Amino acid sequence: MTLTDLMTILPLAVLVAWTTALLLVDLWIPKDRKGITALLAAFGLALTLGLSLARGQQPRQAFGGMVVVDGFAVFLDVIFLASGLASIALAHDYLKRMNIVRGEYYSLLLYAISGMMLMTYAYDLIIVFLALELLSIPLYILSGFVRLNLRSEEAALKYFLLGTFSSGLVLYGIALIFAATARTDLPGILAAVELAPANLTMFLVGGALLLVGFSFKGAIVPFHEWAPDVYQGAPSSVTAFMSVGAKAAGFAALMRVFVVAFPSLSTDLTPVLWGLAAVTMVFGNIVALAQTNLKRLLAYSSIAQSGYLMMAFVPYGQGIVLSDTIAAMLFFLVGYALTTLGAWAVVIAVEKAEGRGLELQDYAGLGRKYPLLGAAMTVFMLSFIGAPPTLGFWGKFYLFRTAVEGGFTSLALLGLVASIFSAYYYLRVVVMMFMRPGEPEARRDPWLVLTAGVSALAVVGFSLVPGSLLNLALQAVLKLL
Amino acid sequence: MLTTGTIIFGVFALVVIASALGMLLSRNAIYAALFLVLNFATVAVLYLILGAPFIALVQITVYAGSIMVLFLFVIMLLGAEKLPAGEPLGHHRWIALLFGLVFLAELALFLVYRAGMRAAVNTPPLEFGSPAAVGMSLFQKYALPFEITGFILVVATVGAILLTRGEGFKGRKRTLEIQSQDK
Amino acid sequence: MDGAMILEWVIKSIFLILVMTGGFAYVTLYERKVLARIQVRIGPNRAGPFGVLQPVADGIKLIFKEELVPAKADKLIFTLAPVLTVIPALIITAVVPWGTEVTLFGRTIKLYLADINIAVLYLMAVTSISIYGIALAGWSSNNKYATLGGLRATAQMISYELALGFAMIVPVMMAGSMSLVDIVESQKPVWFVFVQPLAFLIYFIAALAEINRSPFDMPEAEQELTAGYHTEYSGMKFALFFMAEYIKMIAISMIGSSLFLGGYRGPFVDQLPALGPLYLFIKVAIVLFVIIWIRATLPRIRYDRLMQFGWKVLFPLALLNVFVTGVVLILVGG
Repeated sequence: MTLTDLMTILPLAVLVAWTTALLLVDLWIPKDRKGITALLAAFGLALTLGLSLARGQQPRQAFGGMVVVDGFAVFLDVIFLASGLASIALAHDYLKRMNIVRGEYYSLLLYAISGMMLMTYAYDLIIVFLALELLSIPLYILSGFVRLNLRSEEAALKYFLLGTFSSGLVLYGIALIFAATARTDLPGILAAVELAPANLTMFLVGGALLLVGFSFKGAIVPFHEWAPDVYQGAPSSVTAFMSVGAKAAGFAALMRVFVVAFPSLSTDLTPVLWGLAAVTMVFGNIVALAQTNLKRLLAYSSIAQSGYLMMAFVPYGQGIVLSDTIAAMLFFLVGYALTTLGAWAVVIAVEKAEGRGLELQDYAGLGRKYPLLGAAMTVFMLSFIGAPPTLGFWGKFYLFRTAVEGGFTSLALLGLVASIFSAYYYLRVVVMMFMRPGEPEARRDPWLVLTAGVSALAVVGFSLVPGSLLNLALQAVLKLL
Repeated sequence: MLTTGTIIFGVFALVVIASALGMLLSRNAIYAALFLVLNFATVAVLYLILGAPFIALVQITVYAGSIMVLFLFVIMLLGAEKLPAGEPLGHHRWIALLFGLVFLAELALFLVYRAGMRAAVNTPPLEFGSPAAVGMSLFQKYALPFEITGFILVVATVGAILLTRGEGFKGRKRTLEIQSQDK
Repeated sequence: MDGAMILEWVIKSIFLILVMTGGFAYVTLYERKVLARIQVRIGPNRAGPFGVLQPVADGIKLIFKEELVPAKADKLIFTLAPVLTVIPALIITAVVPWGTEVTLFGRTIKLYLADINIAVLYLMAVTSISIYGIALAGWSSNNKYATLGGLRATAQMISYELALGFAMIVPVMMAGSMSLVDIVESQKPVWFVFVQPLAFLIYFIAALAEINRSPFDMPEAEQELTAGYHTEYSGMKFALFFMAEYIKMIAISMIGSSLFLGGYRGPFVDQLPALGPLYLFIKVAIVLFVIIWIRATLPRIRYDRLMQFGWKVLFPLALLNVFVTGVVLILVGG
């Protein structure tokens, strides 16, 4: 470990050091002033964000090729760090209201973000696994943060059990890949497969296990069973972060590992990926139709969105469309992150203690009483559907386009049909807010309103200049090692 | 073909599998834990056969000696050794068994049709498993994973304390929110 | 590997086991004698001259005792537990060298069973395994006192194992090797106890706690737990626990002597290697005397104090000691 190595991953190192210091400093912050901890955590994230942006997209390897920091990583890091900032804004008031103020919340959140950042840097399967654990363990704990609430405890336990199970699958996959190729670094695996001293059967089994393990993390049907319960039971501020960060990190890892090391598996895996994407889109949207609890509705919606993301992944073995499809995925992730965080901000504003205020009826009249909140929620719902003028529209547009380019027109059509179906339940929220009478009570904590407002503005604003955002994503991908 | 090494390996491998099955199938948690200890110990012997005594002893110290002792301790402390008579999973058990068998068959077929077992791993140098060599690779080549593991353990510790300490939860009862009925 | 070598190993192993079991018998006598002297009594003096046949008499008595197995005990584990307790105690000293090498019947024989390059790790592995017997004995008896005793023993041993491990790392760092032969040899200029008195102290305290000796004999505190984890045991099964406890005393004395007190090293040992076992014996006897002396002098400490002391004092101290040793070694050794 040299100084150069450390400088290469400086943003991550700073974040981890800051988080650990925060864990200690928090001991001296009195219980009724945990806002200071939140502020310090936010400052740490902002600092890391600045460092990430400042270091540019020039790809650089460190620690003997264990990690690589490139445009792809930096682009995703920005998403994670910004989501982290938004989650802190969401959490501050929510924790107080739910009476679960603990300073460790922020430290754990920051550790999870460190894990996600590490995941984007990972260039070695060992790091992939460790990053997976570093991001998962804090999330298990955060899901159970509402102690003595059975739903939260159930969520934590379920998430933990299935999470460790999927980690086990990933680890088993890594072990088999190592057995097949005698390497754990991604370029080394590729070389071993191409020069063919590798055992290709074992290699394929290992790759498939990795895919299954990450599908668990990303809540891809049929490995999604945990997601609705966990999303519902976990504190909303955690769910918001989890549904953005954990998912994006999982897809980032899949993308990196499969594109760099497993292109040879694409012939075998493409039908599987196709099937996963199709089933996830269709299933997520159909089950979401029946949901009346907002948290569960958003959970199934997030499963469905995973299906769209999976679509970007289907043509990963085709070198010609590769950069387009990764860029489309990154673009979609930006839209997804903004929309999800904004929607959860509104949910948190309406949610009451003891799990009340989460039913669809509780949103009746919201649009009329709080027009701004209602308008923001409408924007997010439209964006989830993929209707213009929102980022969601462009996200899906680019995704479907690359699917067609890759020769998967039927998949794109399926996605289109699924999106149209999804309009029913997303629009039901809007109808409820504006067309039904009701006297809802919403919190108007400035941070919540700010998060919802900024997200809504960004979702609409960026959709006016989709090309420049896509260019950013494309540039990031071109800097992919 | 059948060398002494293969036979010894075969015997121990059978013990490993048998103890793993015993762990899964025993109804008494203490026996399950003890089967797991046996499993870890036998795996350690396999490491020893492979010429990695350091790893073997670390396996015994850490897994058999520390982690499983804590498992046993917790099982005894909670009196959780006796599983309830009923099967909590009910009919799921048979479905799970079916899927498991299908998966096994799939793997077997796969290996039969797509065989081509080629040894990929070269025999490592003799001093590969020595404490000095392990230490060197741990602190040089694998310095970053080593440090990350440290942070993962910190997070897990913080979480364990957070989720088990009663501070701030005194006087609260377990609640199950039921939204639809209390309106 | 020729036949003679295997034979040599077998003979050495049997010799080691015989010495340890014989040692056990006479350490009980040693303890009773010393305790008696400290308490101004005479001690056992009826069986044979100065009572030297007392252990034999005790053994014969135990063999003829009835073996009781509680009705609701877990029979298998109840029987297995004493064995699981004795085996680690018997095998732990396999890596401790008794001397360098002597020539016997025209054959050079090394005075140690195994000189493995991870001897200290082996010690730690065996120590960590030795908890099972006690924990299982307590649990399988299906008796409150026994279970509590077993749980106490487990918690205590886990807690002190950390400090013990860190104390054992220090000689490893000083010698630059995990082999006990190397560690003893590198104490040629000066015993490690003079360079690392703190490490030795930590080792000694933690080892006492590890084998549940007074003042850390919480698991068998009579006032609270009757006889602790072996409450339900009788006859030879009880004897096995008894044996394990005393063999462990010998073992920690041997290990402590090798790690810190120069092991088999002493004056003229280079010229006359046969002196090695003698020096080791003397050192072990002295350490054993201190252990017994402590038992005669100190009261048992309270259980919560015991755990607090282990985690909040001993463990950080051991960690600090390792850290400081490392820094100093780098500064000095370059």
